[in-house]
Amino acid sequence: MTASFDPTLSSEDVLRRRASFLQRIHLDATLLILLLVLGAVGLFVLYSASGRNWDLVSKQAVSFGLGMAAMFVIAQFEPRFMARWVPLAYLVGVGLLIVVDVMGHNAMGATRWINIPGVIRFQPSEFMKIIMPATIAWYLSRRALPPSLKHTLVALSLVMIPVLLIMRQPDLGTSLLILASGAFVVFIGGLRWRWILGAVTALVPVAVGMWFFALHDYQKQRVLTFLDPESDPLGTGWNIIQSKAAIGSGGVFGKGWLLGTQSHLDFLPESHTDFIIAVLAEEFGLVGVCLLLTVYFLLIARGLVITAQAQTLFGKLLAGALTMTFFVYVFVNMGMVSGLLPVVGVPLPFISYGGTSLVTLLSGFGVLMSIHTHRKWIAQV
Amino acid sequence: MPQPIQLKDHEKDARLVRRRVYVGLAVVMAFFGVLAARMYYLQVVQYDYHSTLSESNRVHVQPIPPTRGLIYDRNGRIIADNRPSFSLTVTRERAGDWRGVLDTVVEVLGLTVEDRQLFEKRVLQGRRPFEPVPILFELSEEQIAHVAVNQFRLPGVEVAAQLVRHYPQGMHFAHSVGYVGRINEQELKALDPVNYSGTHHIGKTGIEKFYEDELHGKVGYEEVETNARGRVLRVLKRTDPEPGNDITLTLDLQLQEAAEAALGGRRGAVIALQPSTGEVLAMVSQPSFDPNLFVTGISFKDYGELRDSIDRPLYNRVLRGLYPPGSTIKPAMAIAGLDAGVVTPTSRVFDPGFYQLPNVKHKYRNWNRGGDGWVDLQTAIMRSNDTYFYDLAHKLGIDRMHDYMSRFGLGQRVALDLNEETGGLMPSRDWKRARYRQPWYPGETLILGIGQGYMQATPLQLAQATSLIATRGKWVRPHLAKSIGGRPAVDPEPMPDIELRDPRYWDLAREGMEMVLHGARGTAKRVGDTAAYRIAGKSGTAQVVAIKQGEKYDSKKLDERHRDHALFVGFAPADDPQIAVAVMVENGESGSGVAAPVVKQVMDAWLLDEHGQLKTEFTPTLSAEASPR
Repeated sequence: MTASFDPTLSSEDVLRRRASFLQRIHLDATLLILLLVLGAVGLFVLYSASGRNWDLVSKQAVSFGLGMAAMFVIAQFEPRFMARWVPLAYLVGVGLLIVVDVMGHNAMGATRWINIPGVIRFQPSEFMKIIMPATIAWYLSRRALPPSLKHTLVALSLVMIPVLLIMRQPDLGTSLLILASGAFVVFIGGLRWRWILGAVTALVPVAVGMWFFALHDYQKQRVLTFLDPESDPLGTGWNIIQSKAAIGSGGVFGKGWLLGTQSHLDFLPESHTDFIIAVLAEEFGLVGVCLLLTVYFLLIARGLVITAQAQTLFGKLLAGALTMTFFVYVFVNMGMVSGLLPVVGVPLPFISYGGTSLVTLLSGFGVLMSIHTHRKWIAQV
Repeated sequence: MPQPIQLKDHEKDARLVRRRVYVGLAVVMAFFGVLAARMYYLQVVQYDYHSTLSESNRVHVQPIPPTRGLIYDRNGRIIADNRPSFSLTVTRERAGDWRGVLDTVVEVLGLTVEDRQLFEKRVLQGRRPFEPVPILFELSEEQIAHVAVNQFRLPGVEVAAQLVRHYPQGMHFAHSVGYVGRINEQELKALDPVNYSGTHHIGKTGIEKFYEDELHGKVGYEEVETNARGRVLRVLKRTDPEPGNDITLTLDLQLQEAAEAALGGRRGAVIALQPSTGEVLAMVSQPSFDPNLFVTGISFKDYGELRDSIDRPLYNRVLRGLYPPGSTIKPAMAIAGLDAGVVTPTSRVFDPGFYQLPNVKHKYRNWNRGGDGWVDLQTAIMRSNDTYFYDLAHKLGIDRMHDYMSRFGLGQRVALDLNEETGGLMPSRDWKRARYRQPWYPGETLILGIGQGYMQATPLQLAQATSLIATRGKWVRPHLAKSIGGRPAVDPEPMPDIELRDPRYWDLAREGMEMVLHGARGTAKRVGDTAAYRIAGKSGTAQVVAIKQGEKYDSKKLDERHRDHALFVGFAPADDPQIAVAVMVENGESGSGVAAPVVKQVMDAWLLDEHGQLKTEFTPTLSAEASPR
C-alpha cells in the first residue's frame, strides 16, 4: 500500500501505474479503516448513551455517510487547487461570520447559524475549521521558513479575526479549536522556540497584573469557576461531579454495553453529546477508553506520517495542522469530562452526537487524503 | 551590492517540518499518557469510591436556599420576617407514575380537580432531575397526618419544612414594602438559575422587588449520598448559604398607623417625608390589602374580589395615582415667577373675579367669583387666588414653566427605590405636538398656572415638590430604605439642587404658605388655629369631571364618585421643617376642609409628644443638639 511508495519515481504516470485502486480514487486505506472503526464504535456508544434511541442513531449514521461522501469529493481536488482558492474562501468565511454577528445582535440573542429557509442552514464557524489552517498554510508556504517576526504576526492576525468573531457568538469551544488549527501551522512552519518561550513568559506577568489590577471581583469569580468547575456544583460543576462518578464506577472492564447506571438515570446531562465519553468509560471501563485512545493515536500518527511525506510545503503545513487540531479535539473533550480541564463545548470526534461536526471532521480527513494521494515529484510552491 | 537571490531551500524546509512533526508526536504521546493516567486514577485508584457512590447509593447535589433578609421599620420593628411552613413536595423521578401519585394526593387530602391541575403544572416546572418540587403550601397538622398515614401509597411525596415570607403588620405596608410570590415562568427565564436553584419565591412588588438582589442572599449546597429511595444517608460536603441582607426602612410604624387613622376609612393617599433626608416616614394608600395572601399563591376567588372591588385596594394611589395638582402647585409657580422676573415680591394684580387674555372673550374664573381686588404674591398664595396665577402663567409662558416645574420633579419619577412609581406629566410644546399634533395654545398655559389642564402628578411628587420648598431647593430623592445590610442607599443619578437668583424668594413662598393656615384670611385658617406649631401648607382640588363654562360646581348634583379629589400639601414646623406631608382624599371635595385636617393629624403624630407639646428634639433651641431619630 502506501508504505511501498518509492520517492525515486519521478513521473506521475509511473506512480499511477503502480498505485492501488484506492490510491487512484485518492483514498488512503489506513485512514479509511480507522475512520470506519471509529464511526462504528461511535454508533454503538450513541445507541446506549441516547437511551436506545434508533432515530438518533440512524440520523448519526446518515450524517456519517454524508461526511464520507464529502471526504471522498474533497480528496479528489489537488492541493494546488485548494491553495489557489483558499484566500477567497477565507474572505467569504470571515464575511459570513460578520453577517452572523450582526444578525445575532439584531435578533437580541446569540446565534451561530446562517439560515436561508428552504435553501441552506449552516454554521460558518464549522467551515472555518478547515479554511483557517489552509489559509495560514497558504500564507506561510510562500515565505521563507522559519517565518520572520513580521510574517508570524500577520499570520496570527489572520487567525485572530475569525477567532474573536466566533468568541463573540459566544462559542468558546469552536474558537479555541480554530485558534489551535491556525497556531499549529505556524508551529509546524518552524516558529522559533525562543519566541514561543518569550510569548509564554510575557503572558504570565500580564495575566497576573490583570488579575490584581484590572479584573472586578465578579469577573475573577467567573474565571475561578471556569478553571475549577467543581467549585460551582449547582452549575457546570454538577456535570463534572456526575461524569467523574460515571467514569470512575466503570472500573477496569466496565459495566457492559447498555448497562451503565449513572449515565442512564438522567444524572448526566448531555450524555450523548459532549459528555459521551463518560458513558463509554462507564460501560467499557479503562480497557475501552484505552482502546479508543489507541485508535485516536493511530489516526494522529498516520496524519503525522502524511505530514512528513507531503511534497509541497503547503501540504505539509496543512496536513500537520489538521492532524494536531484533531488531537486537540480529543484531548480537550476527554480532559474536560474527566475533570482535568475547564468545561468548553468541544465534542468527542466521531463519538459525540452531531452531524455538522462529523461532516467537518471527515472533510478534514478528505484534505489529508488529497495531500497524500496527489503527490508528484516536482514540488508545487 | 546586489542582493543574493533567495532560493527556497526545499530540503531545509522539509527537515524543519519533520523536526516539528517529531515534537508534535512527542506532545501527542505525552498528553495521551496524561489522559490514560487520569482515567486510571478515576477508574482504578478511585474505583471503590465511585462505584460505592454509583452502585448502592447516589450522589446528589442539593441546593440550600438562603434565608431572605428581614425588613424593619426605622425603629427596628419587624415588617417582614420568615416563618417556618410545611409544604408538600413531589420528586418526579422517585414517584414513578407521578400523575397517578398526584391523583392519590388529591384523594387523600380531599382536594379538587383544579388543585390537581395546579399540582401538575407545578411539577412540570421542576428544573433539575431529582428536585423535590413543592406543590401545596401551608399544610395543616391534619393534612400532614393524612399524608403520613398514606405514605406507603405516595412514593416520592414528602412533607418539607421551609421558611416562608410573613408580614406581621398585615395591610399597613402592602403598598410600600410589597410582597413576594412564587416565581413564575417569565421570571424564571430572567433569573440566575444557579443562585435561585433552591428558591421558590421572589419579590413581586415594592421594596421586596426593588431590593430582590440584596434580600435574596447566595445559595448554598450540599453534596449528599442518598439510598435508592432518595433518603439522605450522609452529607459529603456542605457549603452554607449566605443569608440575604436585612433592610431597615425609613418608614415609622406608629406614624403609618396614625396616618391611616387620620384618613378615617376614606379612600386616599398620605405620604410623609423628612425634607432634609428624603426619608419616607409614612406611605399610605387606602384601602389596602393583606400581602400575606399573595405569598403562597392567592386563590382565584380572593384575587377576583381584590381586583374587581370598586374601591380598588390593589391600586397604589401614592405611586400610581395621577391627579392634576390643582392649587397645591401655586407656591412652586410663585417661585418660578419670581426667579424668572415676571413678578416681584410687591407687584400686584387686580382681581375682578376672572382673568381675560387680550382680545379673547373667554373668562378664566377665580374660584371666588366676587374677586379679591388687588393681590400681591403672598396674598395670592394665602387666598389661593386664581387670577394672580393666570397672569403669572401668561407672563411666564409654557417653555419656562416646563423648565421650572421639571426642576421641582414634575413629569418624572422622583423616588430612588420605588419601582411602581409613574412619572406623571408636565406638558410642553413638544409633548403636545407629539401627542395631539397640535400647537400649544396660550389658554392652556393659563390653566396650568393653577395646576389644572394636562398637568398630572402623583401624591409622592406633590410631597417632593413641597419638601423642596421646605429645604430651599436641596434635592434628595425620596426613598424607603434607610440601610441595606448596614449600608445606606445610594442615589446613582442625583438631581441638581434648585438654585434661585435670590434665595429670599424661597422665604416669600414659604411665608405665603404659612399664611394659608395662620393668616387672617387664609383658606385653611380653621386648621391652623388648632395647631400647636406653625404649619406652611397649600390646599388644592383635583377635578374628576370637567365643569362647563358658566356652569357652577354643585356637589349635590354629582355622583359621589364624581366629586372632586381633595388635596393638601404642607410642612412643619414652618421655620424648621421636620416633616413634609401630601394628602389626597378621593372625592373629598375640599382641600382645606377635608385634606388639611388629615395633614395636621399626621404632623401632630410626628411632632408632638404625649402632652401635646412639640417634642424636645424638634423645638428650635435644642434642635442643633438633638440626635436625629
